[in-house]
Amino acid sequence: MNLGLSILSLARFQFAMTTVFHFFFVPLSIGLAFVVAVMETIYVVKKDTMYKHMAQFWGRIFLLSFAVGVVTGIIQEFQFGMNWSEYSRFMGDIFGAPLAIEALVAFFMESTFIGLWMFGWDRFNAKLHCAFIWLTSIGTMISAMWILAANSFMQNPVGFMINAKTGRAQMTSFGAVVKNPQLWYELPHVLFGAFVTGSFVVAGMAAFALLKKKNVQFFRKSIKVSLIIGLIATIGVVGMGDVQTRYIIKEQPMKFAATEGLYKDSGSPAAWAVIEGIDSQNHKSKWSIEVPYVLDILSYHKLHGNVKGQNRINKELHAKYDKKFGKDMNYYVPTKTLFWSFRTMAFSGGLFALIAIIGLIFNRASSTLIERQRWFLWVLGICTFLPFVANTAGWFITELGRYPWVVYGLLTIADAVSPNVSVASLLTSNIIYFCLFSGLGIVMIVLSRRALHHGPDDLLNAPDDAPYDPYGKEAFSNE
Amino acid sequence: MSNLQFLWFILVGVLFSGFFFLEGFDFGVGMAIKSLAQTREERDVVIHTIGPHWDANEVWLITAGGAMFASFPMWYASLFSGFYLILLLILVALIMRGVSFEFRSRMESEAGRNFWEWAAAIGSGCAAFLFGMMFTAMVKGMPINANGDMTAHFTDYVNLFSIVGGVAVTLLCYLHGLNFIRLKTTGTLRERALKWAKPLYWVLFAGEVVFAILLFFNTDFFTKKPVSTLILVVALVVLTCLATYGVYGNHEWLSFISSGLSLIDVVVLLFNGLFPRVMIANNPVNSILIKDASNSPYTLHLMTVISLTVLPIMLIYFIWSYWVFYKRLAS
Ligand code: HDD
Ligand code: HEM
Ligand code: HEM
Repeated sequence: MNLGLSILSLARFQFAMTTVFHFFFVPLSIGLAFVVAVMETIYVVKKDTMYKHMAQFWGRIFLLSFAVGVVTGIIQEFQFGMNWSEYSRFMGDIFGAPLAIEALVAFFMESTFIGLWMFGWDRFNAKLHCAFIWLTSIGTMISAMWILAANSFMQNPVGFMINAKTGRAQMTSFGAVVKNPQLWYELPHVLFGAFVTGSFVVAGMAAFALLKKKNVQFFRKSIKVSLIIGLIATIGVVGMGDVQTRYIIKEQPMKFAATEGLYKDSGSPAAWAVIEGIDSQNHKSKWSIEVPYVLDILSYHKLHGNVKGQNRINKELHAKYDKKFGKDMNYYVPTKTLFWSFRTMAFSGGLFALIAIIGLIFNRASSTLIERQRWFLWVLGICTFLPFVANTAGWFITELGRYPWVVYGLLTIADAVSPNVSVASLLTSNIIYFCLFSGLGIVMIVLSRRALHHGPDDLLNAPDDAPYDPYGKEAFSNE
Repeated sequence: MSNLQFLWFILVGVLFSGFFFLEGFDFGVGMAIKSLAQTREERDVVIHTIGPHWDANEVWLITAGGAMFASFPMWYASLFSGFYLILLLILVALIMRGVSFEFRSRMESEAGRNFWEWAAAIGSGCAAFLFGMMFTAMVKGMPINANGDMTAHFTDYVNLFSIVGGVAVTLLCYLHGLNFIRLKTTGTLRERALKWAKPLYWVLFAGEVVFAILLFFNTDFFTKKPVSTLILVVALVVLTCLATYGVYGNHEWLSFISSGLSLIDVVVLLFNGLFPRVMIANNPVNSILIKDASNSPYTLHLMTVISLTVLPIMLIYFIWSYWVFYKRLAS
């Protein structure tokens, strides 16, 4: 069978599809675990059962997200062996360790304590029960830390040597792998991004509920809690994003030049292109709308300085790597994708900050403004979806900006793929995953909407000491 | 082969043993949702027996995979890419059953609940069967080239031996699940589980005999390691006798522990037969050996230190969570 498809392109498409799908639920789980933990803590401190019901209600969305996050995660772990066996052989000495540690340290923790949390409402006292959701939440963050340690090595290999006999990478310093600066720039950004996701999903869904004017008190409080977290997280993600930007200018200048659509050097002072027509075939920019000085402010926090363009960096990379990888390598990264992804991400960041501030002002205790400003509730509702776009855009930059390597400067994508998996097998798995993910995505959306539609009535009306059963029919239906 | 390499071969075996012991009854319980349980209430109870635990049990698999990657990447790469299609189906099965418990509880119609119950039952059954099939095929010997890449044809992994292996593992899991249900429930459900287990144990005996015979003809276990292989096969039968005794004499813990140990025995049998290899090639020259498949001593040492410090802590809360939920569920 020859459809003009190669194992490489199919394996890449599959990797992108499965990780992007996994990463819809990852930030949602990390973020919701945190938001729910905050809500339950408020309950423990204030003893106001409204917050307990809030934790239980939003906990339902969290459990849905967690279920899908878990099952898509198993694919991630398996597919390094399945689709990227050469990568696994080359990187096993370094990559395996964080992955195994992640399972031992984080996955056991989150999966055990989420079970205790789910089924333990009527079994433990409030403080201990609240500790379970915190342990789950911390588990998700530790998990992010270890997997990003593995990912960071691929962006910026440290603490290793190449074994002369086998030609494979070998760890020489675990400390260096864990202290990788890339990791400590990436991790806070990703975690803040996850908190943005969790809080804006809560706020957005609550806004939809407010539009229906049901359980007004409950949803207004939910919006308040989540937007406070959301605002802090947005400041965090934007701040860390700024730090990261200045880091990649030094470490991966090609990636940076592409996010700014620069082919030629900018010259000093550097102007920033708000939008640009990019001709990636001929490596030039066709037209652009520019703001003077801004690129220098973004890059160096100064009003002068030259930013290198891709054409020059391309030459430098050829000079550096031609001996090892040959002259035919293409070092230009997918500029259009990076350019627009970056703008999407940064624009979302600004929007989140703005909306969180307006929302908090409208939602002050003494005012009913937020209920009356229906346009704002709509905007907030739409914001439920935006964090997913921003997260994915961020990963597009990180991962595609690493082109043509899987492990920066060491292993190319083409050399990483499993040589023995046939096109037919890959096509089968791509199709199966695609159908599976579409199905799961639809079910997920339908069930979240349903949970919102039913609202928290069953929780609010239940007597205080009623047994709470997460799998029981009373949890959901109005039969 | 260094001591560390040997230790990690054992550790990977231990993790897979833990996985089969724990996820074994999960799979069994999953299948029981649509076979043993007959009313809506009974199905609720059956699912509840594993509700708080199934995810943590599955993490044993994830850890086993991660440990394999962290200690023997050549094994991980060869096994996972070689059994691509089987693993794909395993993943689909695990995904369907993984989401089913959560999704089922959100369904409003009986048809919706029914759908996810079937997903749980079929997913559990298929996963158990496919794991059994994969591991049986793995010890039979596969077409592997000098680079360690396996290019197997359909009949290499789907044949009489591997199908019997798959069925045997499925049956073991099912019985293990029934024994678990006996421990965790009361009333009719518990009685029915007992009633069903009785005849099935005789089927299992027959299956074990067939499996042992096929093992003799399809692998080099009996020629290379006659004594240990024989001991392990006999142990399997003895454990099954104990479980059967536990069923007929109504000793619940005895049957549960014996059925769990028989699953572990199967894992040990396979790992014992593999040793000192990790992958068996049709052409013996290409078999992948423990000594060639592992990571550097540095990484192995690191992983040893980390695992041995973390594992005890993890086991404490893992076991505590079982203890907390140890209570019979009434239907
Ligand atoms: C920044 C965070 C992050 C990233 C980049 C990834 N994951 Fe993930 N993963 C998580 C954060 C996470 C999590 C938050 O811990 C999850 C999501 C929902 C959940 O249950 O745990 C999870 C679940 C999860 C599971 C199931 C765990 C369980 O059963 O409890 C596995 C096996 C993986 N992941 C493996 C991977 C691999 C191999 C990745 C690399 C491609 C990956 N994840 C990317
Ligand atoms: C931290 C764990 C991660 C690791 C180890 C990792 C590793 C990889 C690998 C091996 C590839 C294939 C090589 C390639 O085609 O470039 C890749 C590509 C990619 N990954 Fe990641 N990745 C991780 C996280 C993510 C996440 C969370 C996302 C998004 C949500 C993501 C999105 C992508 C995309 C879009 C590609 C490009 C696929 C293509 O080249 O067409 N990655 N990554
Ligand atoms: C003004 C705001 C922002 C700036 C300047 C910014 C900057 C960056 C940069 C430079 C990268 C690439 C880092 C690398 O390749 O090493 C990145 C990646 C990423 N961004 Fe942002 N970002 C911003 C807002 C956001 C928002 C609002 C979200 C999500 C809610 C987000 C989520 C991500 C994610 C998930 C990644 C990929 C992982 C990583 O490398 O950190 N970012 N961001």
